[in-house]
Amino acid sequence: MCVQAVGLIGAEIERHGIATVSISLLNEVTSVIRPPRALFVPYKLGFPLGEPNNPELQHRVIEEALELLHENDLPILRALNLER
Amino acid sequence: MATYDELTLPIRLFMRGYPFSRYAIADNPCATLAKPLSECKFALVTTAGLRLADDDPFDHSLKLGDTSFRVIPNDVIVQELIEDHKSSSFDHSGVKADKNMALPLERFRELEKRGVIGSLNSRHFSFMGSIIGPRPLIKESAPAVAELLKADGVDAVFLTPV
Repeated sequence: MCVQAVGLIGAEIERHGIATVSISLLNEVTSVIRPPRALFVPYKLGFPLGEPNNPELQHRVIEEALELLHENDLPILRALNLER
Repeated sequence: MATYDELTLPIRLFMRGYPFSRYAIADNPCATLAKPLSECKFALVTTAGLRLADDDPFDHSLKLGDTSFRVIPNDVIVQELIEDHKSSSFDHSGVKADKNMALPLERFRELEKRGVIGSLNSRHFSFMGSIIGPRPLIKESAPAVAELLKADGVDAVFLTPV
């Protein structure tokens, strides 16, 4: 339900003229809700940035999400790819 | 990877039956970011139910969910935030061990210091997830936060569910 709420809040902020990007933990939900920009991460619920106290991994997830901010063909749902 | 299959049976059945499509975003809102990230002011939003120790707790008794939000000042000590999420559908240990998992403020401070982003807003926003009836979220609290972010001159927002 968190994934739905994040999508709905993001859309409302976007409607106010502010660019948004969100993390998604459930493709099933995000593909239906269609928030503006979302990065799907392969982690279990409760672990949106991968691991606690792992700043390096958290940074890689965040920076991949931030890359979506300049995408304007929306909605866009991309999967995290740490192999790049 | 999170899929419905990792959820307990009652929650999985609820998720499969929940009318997500009723809340599908149909108007494809798009705010174009006209400048590089290094010139943008950022704010964070989470639905992890984080709050300050002296904030009112989120109301776990509301059947359709608590759609209120709490303001998190930018200078907060991140690990002192209280995790107040009521859902039993996920493992809370990650966020409890490191609040940056849900509100990565220390990571964004590092990005600010490195010049990857321009600056951080003076405040960030925390909602509670587990919102079964999101109409008040859509009609009231999300627009209220959007107005505050706009008044603050925020350029971009990073949102994290749990």
